[in-house]
Amino acid sequence: MKNFPVQTRVTKRYGHTTILDNIKMTLNKGEIFGLLGPSGSGKTTFVKLLCGIEEATEGEVIVLEKQMPDLNVMKRIGYMAQADALYGELTAYENLEFFATLSGVSRREQKARILSAMKLVDLEKELQKRVEDFSGGMKRRLSLAIALLHNPDILILDEPTVGIDPSLRQKIWETFEDLRSKGVLILVTTHVMDEAERCSRLGMIKGGHLIAVGTPDELKKQTDSQTIEQAFLSYGGQSNEN
Amino acid sequence: MRISAVVKRILKQFIHDKRTMALMIVAPIIILTMLSLVFNGEDLELKIGVLDLPDQIVEKMEQHAVVKNVSSEDAIESLLKEDYDAVVVFNNGEKKLYLEGSNPSINRAVIELVKNSAVNSEEKVTMNISYLFGSDDMTSFDHFGPVLVGFFIFFFVFLIAGVSFLRERTQGTLERVLASPIKRWELVIGYVVGFGLFTMVQSAIIALYSVYVIDLKMEGSFFYVLLITLMLALSALTLGILLSSFAKNELQMIQFIPLVVVPQIFFSGLFNLDTISNYLSWIGPLTPLYYGADALKSVMIKGQGLTELWIDLLVLFGFSITFMILNIYALKKHRRI
Ligand SMILES: Nc1ncnc2c1ncn2[C@@H]1O[C@H](COP(=O)(O)OP(=O)(O)OP(=O)(O)O)[C@@H](O)[C@H]1O
Ligand SMILES: [Mg+2]
Repeated sequence: MKNFPVQTRVTKRYGHTTILDNIKMTLNKGEIFGLLGPSGSGKTTFVKLLCGIEEATEGEVIVLEKQMPDLNVMKRIGYMAQADALYGELTAYENLEFFATLSGVSRREQKARILSAMKLVDLEKELQKRVEDFSGGMKRRLSLAIALLHNPDILILDEPTVGIDPSLRQKIWETFEDLRSKGVLILVTTHVMDEAERCSRLGMIKGGHLIAVGTPDELKKQTDSQTIEQAFLSYGGQSNEN
Repeated sequence: MRISAVVKRILKQFIHDKRTMALMIVAPIIILTMLSLVFNGEDLELKIGVLDLPDQIVEKMEQHAVVKNVSSEDAIESLLKEDYDAVVVFNNGEKKLYLEGSNPSINRAVIELVKNSAVNSEEKVTMNISYLFGSDDMTSFDHFGPVLVGFFIFFFVFLIAGVSFLRERTQGTLERVLASPIKRWELVIGYVVGFGLFTMVQSAIIALYSVYVIDLKMEGSFFYVLLITLMLALSALTLGILLSSFAKNELQMIQFIPLVVVPQIFFSGLFNLDTISNYLSWIGPLTPLYYGADALKSVMIKGQGLTELWIDLLVLFGFSITFMILNIYALKKHRRI
């Protein structure tokens, strides 16, 4: 693909409040793009615009050369929402099966895909457990497995590793890097600075504006900081997690 | 494919959620059983006090009521003190009937009885009574049983479908589902089919129970009863889903019941439709239960068939289709395409 998989020039308002003010962003194939910004800055809103479940008030959101929302493009996106959206009465396997069918995974392939996705998040032993009996972190991991099920070209993950322990987080990030090397575009929002450090590029949203974009090193250099956290703070973001 | 995924998921949720399943089947059955016992109880037995009545009349009255001579001349006192429904006094050619009066149906029964007993036997007309529909052993429960069967199916399907679609919204799964390439109509159809399959079983159990266990009058074909309850349940389900998009939480959904569901029973034939004020009577034809109850009465009491039913069935189906289209439209709020 010659073009960028994601191109935006977008303004989003709720009523008279402008949440995102003309955000221009281009994302490349095969990169992990980290979206940073203080709480309430509009990261989730931006991510939902890319998934097609929110619509731009002004401007355009082009994903895989199509204006969103577009059903054919949605097939190729894996989305993990900030709040877990799971059916508590169903078992993990039934949840996975349901979302796999919705995303168009054929019945033949389902079982293998479900198993490999669950292995990735270390939940392969909990397949028959009901989701209402899962811990918070387990639910998070199941949501991630659901996003990975249909081998999407674009992964959009809204704070994917909240509540996940460091060693599993490490494993999950290795998976992200593996997917990136296969050409998948991954967009993550995060408040965790050592995760930000591992991104190919970072974007910082504040007050509805995209105030900085660049590789972690570039951002550190621009602000004369030793760590991303310092850079983040010197851009005026308020870190609320370590 | 996507539709069947939604259908399968809904059925699985039912299977896992035993309590809801029990609520939808057992609760209507319990209520119907209780109502049948309430209305099929003992015949009304009147208690009448008499003073100076000719023996001939008293004998006649005794065939239908407990008759006692009142000792005191004060008829009113005996009405108040003892449990008489009425006291009849013949005094120097003056004939008086004192009624206890607080229950209109007892009043009517007493007046009827006294009138009939007082008629001279020569004047007595023997009438040949024939029933076009129903029969002399039809109880009042037979009369409104069909309406109640329809009402309870409507009520429970409305509530459960509405709440579960609402939950889908509040727990975020609706948004997550709409982030997948499912089309809005596929989601609505999936819901209708999934719940439709379940309500089919539910309606069948309730109808079977009403007819064979509590012995509700059943003149027509059982198959038609199933068809009607299914159509009625479909309209309840689509209406429930539609209204759930105007509710923020379960409590608000429940508040729709007195507004939307209960009033339907006023127009369903449980009360005499001819006496409803003109200000309100136009509402009846706008409510699904009006047609469902009418169709159920046609089959269960009158034993009628498709020729009489098809209009009711068609209207019910029309309701469901309309609500479904509105549902597909209402989902636009969450995703334009
Ligand atoms: N449906 C809505 N209606 C009105 N305002 C909304 C709506 N959704 C979000 N907002 C507002 O938009 C702003 C951005 O919210 P958003 O969820 O995108 O923040 P965020 O950057 O993801 O925050 P966090 O890091 O806490 O997840 C907030 O001020 C929020 O109140
Ligand atoms: Mg957020």
